[in-house]
Amino acid sequence: MSHDEHHAGESSNYLNHGKGIMSWLATLDHKRIGIMYLWTTLLFFFFGGIAALLVRYELIAPGQTIMTADQYNKAFTYHGTIMVFMVIIPLIPAALGNFFLPMQVGAKDVAFPRLNLASYYVYLAGAALATSTLFLKGVDTGWTFYTPYSIRTGTNASMVVMGAFIMGFSSIFTGLNFIVTIHKLRAPGLTWSRLPLFCWALYATSIIQVLATPVIALTTFLLFLERAMGIGIFDPALGGDPVLFQHFFWFYSHPAVYIMVLPGMGVINEIIPVFSRKPMFGYTAMALAIFGIALVSFVVWGHHMFVSNQSDLANFLFSLITMFVAVPTGVKVFGWVATMYKGRIIFKTPMLYAFAFLFVFTIGGLTGIFLATLASDVHLTHTYFVVAHFHYVMVGGTIMAFLGGMHYWWPKIWGRMYNETQAKLACLVIFLGFNVTFFPQFVLGSRGMPRRYYDYLPEFTALNRMSTYGSWMIGAGLLWVAIYMIYAIYRGEKASSNPWNAMTLEWQTTSPPHHENFTTIPKVTDGPYEFKDA
Amino acid sequence: MGNKNHHAHHFESAAAEFEASKQGLWVFLVNEVLFFAGLFVAYAIYRILNPDLMHEAHKYLNWKLGATNTVVLICSSLTMALGVTAAQKGQQKKSANLILVTILLACVFLVIKYFEYMHKIHEGLLPGGLFSYHEPIHPKAPQFFSVYFVLTGLHGIHVIGGIVVLAWIYMRTLRGEFTDKYFTPVECTGLYWHFVDLVWIYLFPLLYLAS
Repeated sequence: MSHDEHHAGESSNYLNHGKGIMSWLATLDHKRIGIMYLWTTLLFFFFGGIAALLVRYELIAPGQTIMTADQYNKAFTYHGTIMVFMVIIPLIPAALGNFFLPMQVGAKDVAFPRLNLASYYVYLAGAALATSTLFLKGVDTGWTFYTPYSIRTGTNASMVVMGAFIMGFSSIFTGLNFIVTIHKLRAPGLTWSRLPLFCWALYATSIIQVLATPVIALTTFLLFLERAMGIGIFDPALGGDPVLFQHFFWFYSHPAVYIMVLPGMGVINEIIPVFSRKPMFGYTAMALAIFGIALVSFVVWGHHMFVSNQSDLANFLFSLITMFVAVPTGVKVFGWVATMYKGRIIFKTPMLYAFAFLFVFTIGGLTGIFLATLASDVHLTHTYFVVAHFHYVMVGGTIMAFLGGMHYWWPKIWGRMYNETQAKLACLVIFLGFNVTFFPQFVLGSRGMPRRYYDYLPEFTALNRMSTYGSWMIGAGLLWVAIYMIYAIYRGEKASSNPWNAMTLEWQTTSPPHHENFTTIPKVTDGPYEFKDA
Repeated sequence: MGNKNHHAHHFESAAAEFEASKQGLWVFLVNEVLFFAGLFVAYAIYRILNPDLMHEAHKYLNWKLGATNTVVLICSSLTMALGVTAAQKGQQKKSANLILVTILLACVFLVIKYFEYMHKIHEGLLPGGLFSYHEPIHPKAPQFFSVYFVLTGLHGIHVIGGIVVLAWIYMRTLRGEFTDKYFTPVECTGLYWHFVDLVWIYLFPLLYLAS
């Protein structure tokens, strides 16, 4: 099978390389698989967003507004489950990473293209199984599936946890593929110290995916067996240990927070030097900090369990180690700021999202300290403060970075530019909407409003109303982004091959890229952020 | 495919592809270790919290059958290793025969396991809520059998998966698809099979000899 039979010239690219629906569904091209992941995750993002809007609308006033308490429990469970397992985890690695990691390392594809395609269909099967429960009794456990409630509930927790189990394999396949790709398929001259930081971030993410995901696979499998036949490992009524479930769950789900946020940091790592026209400040420290975060992420899971029956010694140790997360995270934040310092900052949309990221992610990180501190956590745990904190980290971290990356790479993916003015305004709406939604939740939480409650005291009404208005702003902003981005694909101005004058390899080929990415495999002679005009 | 060197277009050489495949398999095995690790942790926790549990409950496992199965699996690892060596040397016929013996040994393992399971089910030595043995063993005995059945069950699924892959490799060897230049699938299957054996080698003393 020969692959060098395409006709030279601008018109030949991965989008027109094959025709028909099967050329997409059975493709082994990492770029097309990335695009399939992109549309699928965005579709689930839409569903998860609808669930979020419903939850917020219910909370616009105390008492019943639009749904019953049972429906409310299901709405926030679907919001959490869809957003975590089907959106934020695969969003950046499987969509943007799949497309750009092989290009950034100067390869023609990922190491195992068939496994890559399989990961997509495994993801789709798991997601379909989990979401089909909407029509089969639903699920009301919250996305954490805590035992013993998840064993007792009459809703369809079994199918949802099996969906998460199946999606875990997809995540593992992607991680495995990326690790081997980075090790074995780097272009000549692309030494480890010249590797773009997006690749470093995906590498660390992949390691977490490979090491942590099997544990959640086992956990969900045991929960399934517990529900199906009462194996008594988690069920206290049968002599099992429900807190063991929490340990297993968070042994995955805390590192998973970094599966979600490290790729986002990777995107920001690309955007900031390019739009500051300066080499990355402290490249080595920035790369090591990613691994520092990944390493520490494995030994802090107990901070989710300060009010379980965990021993005081364990609480103390988990609290202490959690504080260490601040060190590598601080290195990253200061590295980004120092890169901008005395740079020639270009205020284009990707950079605006990088600013938004820095702002909200820093607030998210700093409020994490309140929760890592034992005494204040006892007051704040299970309140809206926690909800606000992790939305500042996960939405602020991952979604802002994703939107930044989407704008940054859109010209490369489609060969078309989006409308810059509209993009800037939409970014502003999303950024303001985000803060209007979630900042009041910090206040609500610290004043004692519990999370996941259907009803609340009248004195919380004003802040809840504000939060709901904010959610409409986010919804409107995202809808706007969807409209002008899709418009850009068909009608946007033609993009040059390197509109941002970036140095990484994906910009050194045509837009949209050739079927095999590069006509000749590039030779790398310089670091990824050594700008000639700097 | 008609490609003499047997390497995919995105690799520069067959050697590079072989290295990548092997690394991919090792990463997969690391992932497998973590998958079983959760259950070993569950075992350790129940053991630490109930020191006498394992001692009392392990007597109800048949260590003679367990030991036989250990020997069977170690032999299968040997035949697998010899099969891989033969494949590396391009001795297709020998390699195929050794892989076939490995498959047969894996089947012997499963047959013995089947009789063990049937006996447990008959006696009511079952996990959690299903436990119905006629006399008391230990208050947490149902948890011991939960860990026993889930651990050995997942291991059994891995053995079945191994048989499927081995059968596929066997067919491909018979068709003459491997040479002394290209034997990646045989080598990778071998690594996986050794891992499955290794899990059992930890399982056996922890469960059957836990006094």
